[in-house]
Amino acid sequence: MFRLFIIFITLLNTSFTKGVTVQEIIKRANLASYYQANDGKSHVKMKIVDSQKRVRKREFVILRRNIKKGGDQQYYVYFSRPTDVRKMVFLVHKHIKKDDDRWLYLPALDLVKRIAATDKRTSFVGSDFLYEDVSGRGIKADHHTLLKEDEKYYIISSTPKNQKSVEFSKYMLWIDKKSFLPMKTEYFDKSGKKYRLVEALEVKDFNGFLTITKSKVHNLDTGGFTELEFHKVKYNLKIKSKVFTERYLRRTPKEVRR
Amino acid sequence: MKKLLLVTSLLFINLQAFETPFGIHGFLETRFGKRTQGATSQNTKTLSEIRLQLDYSLQKDEYEFTFRSDFLLDDVALSQKNDFEEGQGWFDPRELNILFFPSEDIDVKVGRQILTWGTGDMLFINDLFPKDWNSFFIGRNDEYLKAPSDAIKTSWFHDIANVDFVYVPRFDSDRWITGDRLSYWNHHSKTISGQNAITPSIKPNDWFDDSELSLRVHKNIDGKELAFYMYDGFYKSPAGDDPSGKFAIFPKLRVTGLSIRSNFKKGIANLEFGLYQSRDDKSGTNPNIINSEYKFLLGYEQEIARNFTASVQYYIESMINYDSYVKNVFLNTRLKDRTRHVTTLRLSKLLMNQDLRVSMFTYFSPSDDDLYIRPNVSYKLNDQKTIELGANLFVRKNEHTFFGQFNSNNNVYVAMRYSF
Repeated sequence: MFRLFIIFITLLNTSFTKGVTVQEIIKRANLASYYQANDGKSHVKMKIVDSQKRVRKREFVILRRNIKKGGDQQYYVYFSRPTDVRKMVFLVHKHIKKDDDRWLYLPALDLVKRIAATDKRTSFVGSDFLYEDVSGRGIKADHHTLLKEDEKYYIISSTPKNQKSVEFSKYMLWIDKKSFLPMKTEYFDKSGKKYRLVEALEVKDFNGFLTITKSKVHNLDTGGFTELEFHKVKYNLKIKSKVFTERYLRRTPKEVRR
Repeated sequence: MKKLLLVTSLLFINLQAFETPFGIHGFLETRFGKRTQGATSQNTKTLSEIRLQLDYSLQKDEYEFTFRSDFLLDDVALSQKNDFEEGQGWFDPRELNILFFPSEDIDVKVGRQILTWGTGDMLFINDLFPKDWNSFFIGRNDEYLKAPSDAIKTSWFHDIANVDFVYVPRFDSDRWITGDRLSYWNHHSKTISGQNAITPSIKPNDWFDDSELSLRVHKNIDGKELAFYMYDGFYKSPAGDDPSGKFAIFPKLRVTGLSIRSNFKKGIANLEFGLYQSRDDKSGTNPNIINSEYKFLLGYEQEIARNFTASVQYYIESMINYDSYVKNVFLNTRLKDRTRHVTTLRLSKLLMNQDLRVSMFTYFSPSDDDLYIRPNVSYKLNDQKTIELGANLFVRKNEHTFFGQFNSNNNVYVAMRYSF
């Protein structure tokens, strides 16, 4: 009986921390980062600076709608800059249990192009952000371990279950204890060297929804980086599901214009 | 012209990013192309042009207005006279339309517009909207493969299915190969002809009598995109001769088809079918007019490595009344095969933070024994400037086949574009 009690205590110490399991932290971080409210909208400004200090800018509006909290989602991305991609729309039906459905609308050709959805570790519009940074990485794709916690953060180490599918060997997360937003993520390559850093630079409160409004990705190998700013953030707009269909590739939803 | 090209080229180098007034956007582009060999009755230049595109749009809750037009100095065109239908002259309006919403589930777009549907990649079965084959074969930007339609498009959206209905009050043909810029196989003289034998044609052009109707009923079921299509109008490029044999004609055409597109394995698969009914020659006995055919397409695309995509297609078109064709064909005419097979391969790779794009699209017909290769490299110098280099290469065994006939048009081109 005493031995059983010891085992129980040990379990408490390793995987439970003040009643919160590492799975619970990851789950809540995922919800805080990607599932805030029922739907949301933001104007995004992206600044990409390469190793030679050349600057590229991207601007787009992103609409998101949850089908299920922590589950399937719909994304609508309307580009306004650079001007050669103006009015292009990227539509994603994100699925947890199967591959995402993705479409790209090219207005000059009136072409609704379907895009193969395999590698989510591909750069998003030529930036240091990846598709997976934009719409989230499956919380079951990695083994998560709570390394330690301090006053402000849970510090978690995550290693991919399928090492071959990704370019990193592990990543470490600093998750804010109050908001559950990941404030810093460090990625390590296969040789164990830190090569990528994602940091949240500003968090704002929108009617109780804490949101990262400025973030930065550093490519530590090249010295290049990408800054992301979120403007006009709004939640619970009651965006209709039909906005995330072919119809609204050809017609601009009012949520994009405002 | 040469001086002007020089001036715009210098302008490209010196242009700095600027904010445009009134929300007008667009681009300025220069594009040059040259044949890689002597041409048959043709200019050695395939492209020498300066193009300014202006794009203005107004988006309101009740309507959207779009005006997007090209202003063009084309040094190779035989005629500078403006013709909005054929896309000739200095002014080529691509879009001038109003999109409005008469009810919650109906959208209507009226005016000049670019229209596309169907699942093929550079192969079209149920998309019977006009194409500009000259632009395609001389290496203008891909967007110019699509010529504008003057149409009313009504779309009805419902849970059962979505319906698109396009009415074109006066037939909009392809901007097809007449011989004025590209040489082609002339089946009368049985030689490759160019400017020495520009095809005269009789085009259906009566308002309302020579109209076109296109219908698409489509639905996305759990990521599987299904569509049913109908078209009633005319062959978009000449597909026969008038009884005198002097003029190319656009016979009546009706198309009924289906398509499906879906995620499949690690990529995207698509399948499309169309029945082409040649309504001026239903029995297939008139040797002057094209026979009815069915067309079928199967495609698959996959990202095979990061930023590297490959896609393949297999396409066939097959005559339905082949026996009647064989029985009635003119003497001394080269007998066509019943079925033409085409395979395509697209490889495209993004490099250098996706600024450099290297791609190649190849058509190969095992039945015609011809090949059409479209290599292209484009590089974004910055957010405004793009340079592009490419070629259109036709390899043939016989000079009368679909792609083979364009062999003397093999060309390379270079372009610079400044977007604003």
